[in-house]
Order: sequence, then structure tokens, then C-alpha cells
Amino acid sequence: MRELIAALVAGALFGVGLAMSGMTDPDKVLGFLDFFGAFDPSLLFVLGGAVTVTLISFRLVLKRAAPQFASRFQLPEARAVDARLLIGAALFGVGWGIAGYCPGPALAGLARLSPEVLWFLPAMLVGALLHRMVDAKP
Amino acid sequence: MSGWGFALAGGGLIGLAATVLLWANGRVAGVSGIANGVLLPQRGDVAWRVLFLLGLVAGAGLWFALQPQAYVPREGFPRGLLVTAGLLVGFGARMGNGCTSGHGVCGLGRLSWRSLAAVLTFMSVAILTTFVMRHLIGSGG
Repeated sequence: MRELIAALVAGALFGVGLAMSGMTDPDKVLGFLDFFGAFDPSLLFVLGGAVTVTLISFRLVLKRAAPQFASRFQLPEARAVDARLLIGAALFGVGWGIAGYCPGPALAGLARLSPEVLWFLPAMLVGALLHRMVDAKP
Repeated sequence: MSGWGFALAGGGLIGLAATVLLWANGRVAGVSGIANGVLLPQRGDVAWRVLFLLGLVAGAGLWFALQPQAYVPREGFPRGLLVTAGLLVGFGARMGNGCTSGHGVCGLGRLSWRSLAAVLTFMSVAILTTFVMRHLIGSGG
């Protein structure tokens, strides 16, 4: 039960942070990505603020033997910088650069029933399913 | 507070959210990974994912309710581009094992070279894509 409440609290903080930061505004995101046009650098502070916190806090948290409400830390184990990672990230970047949505802000858009995310999100889920189908082939 | 102040404070809250999830549950706050675990359940660990995502929507909704004037919806963005972008983001995030939150906020926080490579790749490709869309093709606002 406590781990479920923790997940809810973490999600809520994440959602407030996304909306407060401006990441949920796709025009602002594209303004940030428009390096060669009307560049709006403010979103650099979102990633900067977030990573400043996690760089310090993750180090402290991971010194513990186990998380507070679970038996062990479940961190990604992959280490390799391989073609799969880079091609996946590149495809993601094309999609992000076209519309200005990445997964968190698109989900946050549900909170105001944004008509745009009602198109984007189902397509995002289909994209993930398509990758699973391709990936499952031997 | 200025736009930069809100960006910094919002980013700090996102970092705090990732810290809470790692400290409490030992999990990485990658939104695409959490969502894919609901869509494609592998084990019996769906409930915490659903609650995280519900919290995310509720938290954003709280801010939108407090600051209704802060956002002007984009009008007339082509639906075909929204769908194309969604397909690429969903496919690419699963293939590359993460998105802006998983590789960006959490991966960089863990000093993961893999995540740094992913972040540099999707940032530079997104900047290039925005350049092509806005300045070469001239669509999509």
C-alpha cells in the first residue's frame, strides 16, 4: 500500500513540475528546439533543474541497501551504447521535433483534454505496440 | 516569477518526483517505460504504474487549474503530423529504452553514459527536425 501511495505522490509532483515548467506547452518546446530561429532557452532550466536534483539525490539514495518500501532497486542494467539505442533515440527525436510532445507532457495534456494529445497519445501507444511486434520477430 | 524561474522550479519538482520514486520504490521515473508497462504488462506490477500516471495527470491538472491564464492552446496544428509524431515517439522511446524523463532526468542523474548518448542523440535530432519543419518546409507553426 505504501509503495502505491509513494507512486501516486511521485506522479503528482512530476505532473505539477511538468505543467509549471512549461514543458506541457508544445509551442514553447518547439521554441526551445528551434535553435536556428526564435530560440527560447528557458526549457534548458527544466532539464538543468531536474538533473541538478537527481545528480545529488540519486547518489545519496543509492547508498542505501534497499528502497524504503521495496526489497531492491530496479535500475536499467543495459550499459552498451548500441545501434538500437541510437536509432531509437533518433526516431524519438524526429517525433519530438515534429510536434513538440514527449510522453510525459502529452499525458499531462489529458488533464485539460487537449484535442492535440487525444490524437498524439493513441498514436504513441500504437508506436510502442508496433515496436514490440517488430522486436518479437526472431 | 519569470518563465525561467518557473522552468527551474518545475524542473526541480520533476527531479524531486524522480527522487521520491527511487527512494520509496527503487524505480526509475521514466514516463515511457512506466506507460509501456501498463500497455504491455510483463509481470504483476501494473498498479503502481497506473497510480504514477494518474498522479501525473492530476498534478498537471492542479497546476492548470491554479494558472488557467498561463496557457494558450495551439490552433490548427495538422492532425496528420500529430499522429506521425506520436507513432515515432512511441516506437522510438521503446526501441531506445527511454524518453526525456528516463534518459534525461534519471539516466543523467545516475551518470549513465548510455543515457547521455541517448539524450545527445534525441536533442540534436529534434533540433534538426524542428529546423527542417519550421525553416525548410515551413509547416507546423
